Amino acid sequence: MNANSNMKNQPKYINPYFGGILLGILLLATFYLAGRGLSATGAVKLSVVTIMDKIAPVHTENNTFYSRFIPEDGSSPMFNWLVFAAIGTLFGGMLSGAIFGRLKKLRIEHSPKISARTRLIAAGIGGILFGIGSQFGRGCSSGAALSGTASLSLGGLIVMALMFGIGYVFAYFFRKLWI
Amino acid sequence: MGPLIPQGIITGQWDFVIALLIGAAFGFILEASGFSSSRNIVGVFYGYNFVVLRVFFTAMIVAMVGLLFFSYFGWIDLNLVFVLPTYVNAMLLGGFIMGLGFVIGGFCPGTSYTAVAIGKIDGMVFTVGTFIGVLIFSEAFPLFENFYTANNLGGITIGEMFSVTNEVVAFIFVLMAIVAFYVTWLIEKKVRKNMTEYKFE
Repeated sequence: MNANSNMKNQPKYINPYFGGILLGILLLATFYLAGRGLSATGAVKLSVVTIMDKIAPVHTENNTFYSRFIPEDGSSPMFNWLVFAAIGTLFGGMLSGAIFGRLKKLRIEHSPKISARTRLIAAGIGGILFGIGSQFGRGCSSGAALSGTASLSLGGLIVMALMFGIGYVFAYFFRKLWI
Repeated sequence: MGPLIPQGIITGQWDFVIALLIGAAFGFILEASGFSSSRNIVGVFYGYNFVVLRVFFTAMIVAMVGLLFFSYFGWIDLNLVFVLPTYVNAMLLGGFIMGLGFVIGGFCPGTSYTAVAIGKIDGMVFTVGTFIGVLIFSEAFPLFENFYTANNLGGITIGEMFSVTNEVVAFIFVLMAIVAFYVTWLIEKKVRKNMTEYKFE
């Protein structure tokens, strides 16, 4: 009985090593086609630049960070490889969720020891930190840690080592959120 | 010989179609591997689920070794492959902040998209957070512009830093991955035995 219900709870995830091989081949193909790796936060950055440029064009022109991502020919920063890839990521995730039966109604996943509200606050803080950190790091887990290190960049290795290392250092302090 | 797009072998409009397809494959693999769940991901920090380490390390060594073989066979010109430039100071800080964000938020940006895609509100809040984070960074940028570009080593590789060949670097990564796979498998077995709260979702 118990074993049976455990079987039912087994997730329909693919084998992680198989997933890793697929992801590695995809990354290699991306290098072969585009000459650069995968990215996730690039699209967020370009979206923020675009929105701010619409609201306050003078402000973005004077800010040396925004201005480096606004094309000089007047085209939209959104017309970019990274943005299309991010849209694709959303669809790909949805397709996998649909196939494996995880595409369901809106819900909040959290440890039974914390409330949904606590989980959302933590998720928001985590997202903000990732937004800030990815700009300093020249990429997030995808662009810097994975693609950077795979293409043998020293910077990629630095970001990867710090990201996971610091995660372990602070894991103890945030354990109540998870276990 | 690759890379194809930087050399104009594939041109123009196809760029974005390819980007869309690559993105879709990326999202599919992340979701199918279980990265749409923050509790699966964070298991890497508490020892109850090392799926992140398995997928991440496997992908990294496959791509790394693959790139070197592609270069060896003359299929790709590594000089045309983008090597992420190294800004030591900013990257140390960036990695630090992201590590903190990882263990608090339970996602990284790519994985949060897949959580959004299957209807997780915590994924949506995380994603909105990344927009706010980038906005905060951009608005405050003039304050730390010098720090942002300080200690720039350019497109330096790991091999150049430690005076070894790329092949040696890749070999060491593969060895480290195998050891990590084995050790974390032992840890996971031990930790899961004492765990009652966690089940896969």
